[in-house]
Amino acid sequence: MRAVVNQLPAEEQAQEAGNAPLAAEAPQAARIIKQLTGALRSGPVFVAFVILVIVVLSALAAPLLGTRDPVAIDPGSRLRGISPEHWLGTDAFGRDTYSRVVYGARVSLIVGAGATFLSIFLGLLFGVIAGYFRVADAIIMRVMDGVMAIPSILLAIALVSLTGGSILTVLVAITIPEVPRVVRLVRSVILSVRTEPYVEAAISLGTRVPTLLVRHMVPNTVAPLIVQGTYVFAAAILTEATLSFLGAGLPPEIPSWGNMMSEGRMYFQLLPGLILYPGIALAATLLSVNILGDVVRDVLDPKMAQKS
Amino acid sequence: MQDNHLPALEIDNLAVQVVGDRAGRHVLENISFNLSPGETLCVVGESGSGKSVTSLAVMGLLPPDALRPSRGRILVEGEDILTASPSRLRELRATRVAMIFQEPMTALNPVEKVGEQIDEVLRIHSRLGRAERRAKILAMLELVHMPDAERIYDSYPHELSGGQRQRVVISMALILEPAILIADEPTTALDVTTQKQILSLIRELQMKHNTAVLFITHDFGVVAEIADRIVVMNRGKVVEVGTRNDILARPREPYTRMLVSSVPSLVPKPRGTLRTDIVLDVKALSKTYAGKRLFGRRRSIPAAQDVNLAVRRGEIVGIVGESGSGKTTVARCVVRLQDPTSGAVLVHGEDIAKASRSQLRPMRRRVQIVFQDPYRSLNPRIKVGESIIEGLVNFGRSRDEALSKARNLLDLVGLNQDAMHRYPHQFSGGQRQRICIARALALEPDILVADEAVSALDVSVQAQVLELLDEIRQRVGVGVLFITHDLRVAAQICDTIVVMQKGRIVEAGPAAEILIAPRQDYTRALIDAAPGRDWDFQNFRPLRSSVR
Repeated sequence: MRAVVNQLPAEEQAQEAGNAPLAAEAPQAARIIKQLTGALRSGPVFVAFVILVIVVLSALAAPLLGTRDPVAIDPGSRLRGISPEHWLGTDAFGRDTYSRVVYGARVSLIVGAGATFLSIFLGLLFGVIAGYFRVADAIIMRVMDGVMAIPSILLAIALVSLTGGSILTVLVAITIPEVPRVVRLVRSVILSVRTEPYVEAAISLGTRVPTLLVRHMVPNTVAPLIVQGTYVFAAAILTEATLSFLGAGLPPEIPSWGNMMSEGRMYFQLLPGLILYPGIALAATLLSVNILGDVVRDVLDPKMAQKS
Repeated sequence: MQDNHLPALEIDNLAVQVVGDRAGRHVLENISFNLSPGETLCVVGESGSGKSVTSLAVMGLLPPDALRPSRGRILVEGEDILTASPSRLRELRATRVAMIFQEPMTALNPVEKVGEQIDEVLRIHSRLGRAERRAKILAMLELVHMPDAERIYDSYPHELSGGQRQRVVISMALILEPAILIADEPTTALDVTTQKQILSLIRELQMKHNTAVLFITHDFGVVAEIADRIVVMNRGKVVEVGTRNDILARPREPYTRMLVSSVPSLVPKPRGTLRTDIVLDVKALSKTYAGKRLFGRRRSIPAAQDVNLAVRRGEIVGIVGESGSGKTTVARCVVRLQDPTSGAVLVHGEDIAKASRSQLRPMRRRVQIVFQDPYRSLNPRIKVGESIIEGLVNFGRSRDEALSKARNLLDLVGLNQDAMHRYPHQFSGGQRQRICIARALALEPDILVADEAVSALDVSVQAQVLELLDEIRQRVGVGVLFITHDLRVAAQICDTIVVMQKGRIVEAGPAAEILIAPRQDYTRALIDAAPGRDWDFQNFRPLRSSVR
């Protein structure tokens, strides 16, 4: 049915006559920006956008937001409720809950962004190699199948108990299981693009392989990678929180939302806020990322949007 | 045709609008024509003329969120489709109006046996019992000349050939004996010989049931073959309605004249013999695909076997054949997009077929290719100018030098120089194909391979691009290997024609010899099946030489 709509006669004829206006921008960029800003007019999307902006800003400007040192212990004021000094109370060691929630955003975003960047970088590299070079394909994909079979939590526990908990360990533990998904995605795009006539034309024009890949093939992976990136981002934040909650993630002194909920568990009946505040921050961040991820997917990948 | 009874279909002043378009643009405007029982009415027009939208409107199948009829009436045996309720429409669609589509594979459910798919129509719209239905379906399958109807009944679509699938679709459409059959390019995806069979089958069934046939096509050959009357459409409007002879022999409107005279003639143009040097010499070329299997012996499928041909400087050599004949395989081996299994491809005496990757690169510039699909042949993210200079830059020319050369090439292919700074989506199919030709010529190749390069274009644009190719080979002296399934196009442009069937060359020789006095049965069958071969479109008259 879509083809029918495209058959608007007026446009075709105008172009045939060579009257098409000179457009300065790339074919789709203008449309995409317009649709993305247009999507912000919907209520939930706007709220999600605002929440994410707040989270990002508070992570960047944490010291300026009336926070105290998030790791400073104050045995004199343990397990306090809401007060002018401690806006959201204190935990079992007398640490300021508000400050820890704000600094916790840093950890979550660093882990989310780091895992996204790492998995897309590695996935793109291996995916392009697997998609273009037939010899490498079988080897890389079998390795990826193997990696896919490792449960991420188990891998994280193993890594942490081997090397001790740190942001880097957690990042590696989260990234490794995500890489195969990205590799498969990139490989499938490269496989289908390499039979496109314009790629074959470039081959017969004597274009060298690196140029061929960078100029004609890799740009096709950008849109699906951005969409996949939003999923990885949300999944990474959630996995970090889960690992920290289980005690297999970051060391307890680092203020992360997962750590805070884990420690707050014991005092839940006394001070539910110890779990509630980091929990709300986590849930709101994930929901915002997912909503915005769906918007991005709808704009960049209209076919998927129609199916869902 | 007698007009003394009610027309089967009457379209009265129909207009169709784009939903939510503030400018109120119409996709169709003032469409009026009618169709009598037993008559074949051909709707012809180029892409974007609105012929498919018209057929969908008659079926009540316009996508509701995109297109909306805004005016007029569509009367099927006196009943207005546009005001009918959805359930009444559903009933009409099966029993009174039926449709067959271009691509039979997508019109059939791949996971259900074809017999059961036909059965579904009867189950919903008739009160016949199980055994009666089966008997009726088997009779219908025999009516469409299917061998072994019982076996076909229990087959899945993928087990049938393209022609057989279209027969199944036709029997599904006609089993309830509808008053109107709408056929939207039903033979476009088929080979000419199969097309001929399907056309005569539709004719035969139409005679039997006195069905009115609305036949949508872009192919004037088919029109000349089957039409009683013709509707010519352009840009969503009816240009002219008339009998077959009115339109083909005495067109009133300039647009119709232009369209009809663009149809290439099957009579080859007289050409002198060329005595220039041979630039491309293909010797004993073979390509075998190894069918992969998990267990058991590997099957090998020969796609091209022992192919020999030569192209001289400034010569256009056509390879014609039906799908699966191996013509595209030969083309791709010549450009080395595929590696031939054996044989040699000599370009100026140098063998491309066996060159290693590093040896091959300098040879690439000697042979260039233009593909069939103009919409996928240019990288949509790169400006046209950059696409054209890519090859030159690859082979070490400076950017400035390459850009000025690209501007000259755009002149050569008849495009404005400001095309350099535009993106491919700003051009029509014909213009894009010109850009592809410019890109291919940038490296000054000895050989230009055109793989169905004009098959996706409308006839009027096709005529222009063919003219361009002919002009270029004279000015630049490039040898052209022209792959096509269309004998008319081959007759227009080729000096030499090579006929291929099942991976082998059947016959080769000067175009005039092959097309007028073929020696092989297969070539004769191909020419025989070419639709509308008795009509000389350019001169608006039947061919005198034809015996009928």
